[in-house]
Amino acid sequence: MSILLFAESENNKLKRNAAEISSYGAALAGKLNKDCVAISFNADNAQELGQFGVSKVFNVTNVPRQFDANVYACVLTHYIKSLGATHIILGSSADAKFLAPLVAANTNAAYVPNVVALPHEQQPLTVRRTVFSNKAFANTTLTAEVNIIGVGNNSFGTVEQAVDCAVENATVEHADSHIEQLSISKKTGKATIADADIVVSGGRGLKGPEHWHLVEDLAEVLDAATACSKPISDMGWRTHDEHVGQTGKPVSTNLYIAIGISGAIQHLAGVNASKVKVVINNDPEAPFFKAADYGIVGDAFEVVPVLTEKLKAFKAQS
Amino acid sequence: MNILVCISHVPDTTSKINFVENDKQFDTSGVQFVINPNDEFGLTRAIWFKEKQGAHVHVIHVGTAKADPTLRKCLAIGAEKAFRIDTPATDGMAVAKELAAFVTDNPYDLIVAGRESIDYNGAMVPGMLAALLNIAFVPNCVGLEIDGSNAVAEREIDGGREKLKGSLPMVIGGQKGLVEESDLKIPNMRGIMQARQKPFEVLNPKGSESTTKDVLFEKPATKADVKLIPADDIDQLIELLHKEANVI
Repeated sequence: MSILLFAESENNKLKRNAAEISSYGAALAGKLNKDCVAISFNADNAQELGQFGVSKVFNVTNVPRQFDANVYACVLTHYIKSLGATHIILGSSADAKFLAPLVAANTNAAYVPNVVALPHEQQPLTVRRTVFSNKAFANTTLTAEVNIIGVGNNSFGTVEQAVDCAVENATVEHADSHIEQLSISKKTGKATIADADIVVSGGRGLKGPEHWHLVEDLAEVLDAATACSKPISDMGWRTHDEHVGQTGKPVSTNLYIAIGISGAIQHLAGVNASKVKVVINNDPEAPFFKAADYGIVGDAFEVVPVLTEKLKAFKAQS
Repeated sequence: MNILVCISHVPDTTSKINFVENDKQFDTSGVQFVINPNDEFGLTRAIWFKEKQGAHVHVIHVGTAKADPTLRKCLAIGAEKAFRIDTPATDGMAVAKELAAFVTDNPYDLIVAGRESIDYNGAMVPGMLAALLNIAFVPNCVGLEIDGSNAVAEREIDGGREKLKGSLPMVIGGQKGLVEESDLKIPNMRGIMQARQKPFEVLNPKGSESTTKDVLFEKPATKADVKLIPADDIDQLIELLHKEANVI
């Protein structure tokens, strides 16, 4: 009986969210007095999971280096069965959300995604998760023999708790890939909405794509990802993958800065899970101010360049 | 090519979310229900395949008769036949099992669902369905071309896109990008009249049990009022973000 977690990797290195998922798994293991075992794929630095309380890792090496949902799901299914794992912990990346339903179907598991805290009851296992696009929470019970918890990005945080970590490189018999990867296109060297600590987002208040540098300059200083409201992607100023909102991407970041975004209910649904929201808008009646922590009523074209310069100075001295 | 589009029936994106019965039930009073937007992007692409490549498009829903107007709308914008498996949708796995049983008896070349429903945001039914049927799955699908039995699909990943190639049958989870919002169809009078004549079958469920249950809902705590900072005092904002919010 143990807790099994999936530590994601990319290009043979653990991904950032592996630390949060490990922290969650280790905390749950401590609470239930169980072992915590991590499964990684081709992660050369799997040892580092020990910093977050994971004492055992099976690092599986006979699988494609690029994420392959069907193959990875087979391997996780193998370990769930062979270790008799009862609690499975995954993250909320695009890959984790791809994988979890496959694993759930393979193991006839109960699966609950978007979980924001450790289970607050064990009998029956009950978790708190976001529903209605972050407009509400549900307390949800999981009552199967295998229960899969999908932890929302940035909702638990990382907890450093160094333990000895034994990494065992392993090979596991698995089914073939269902699908062939033809190509992958990814912005490199830039923070993505999914894993950035800070997101800077722009809306119609910027008046035209030629002013997008205001968003980009501020994002660069903060090492932030850039995002936009729905009209911006609909008008083609920015691509769909930057659209934040109910039908776009959800953002659960530490700091969300909205520039010239009025805050339609569908946009707010996408950013509600972010911890601190700063709104810059020249309309004091903009609904976004009601959802914000800090606000500046002012002209983005004047406020944002000053903010960018002052943050540059602040970063230089800190 | 035969396409089955799985439809969720969800509160409109502008709905106020409230709960009744001691916060155990979603309050549907005054709520307008619509085709789940992610499903609608998928349905629109399916109808494109019908118009351009002669595909046949059926829609299916697992749920009660409350969703019938939503299914009629799907027929009005071009689907040829609707099925409803007559049982409340209790959790993702139960729905996926009902759909898998249906598809096992009635095979389709392409099964289209949405990335996630905008009510419970599970993003699980299409993946579970694909795994139960042991066929390929492409979630967060933003591009799909089909040539004979070969499919090339694009999946949105964190920070980019992945292009995948597979053979039918396949399940996709559609979203915005698969078609544009401007491609979405509004039912016209002719479509609405025709929809009344189109076949609509209500099927008995297999009785799949669910293993997850929402036992209590909560609304987020009311937010403290926004702290307004004068536009000419940016230093104060930086100070607050650094010392009070601890985010920079």
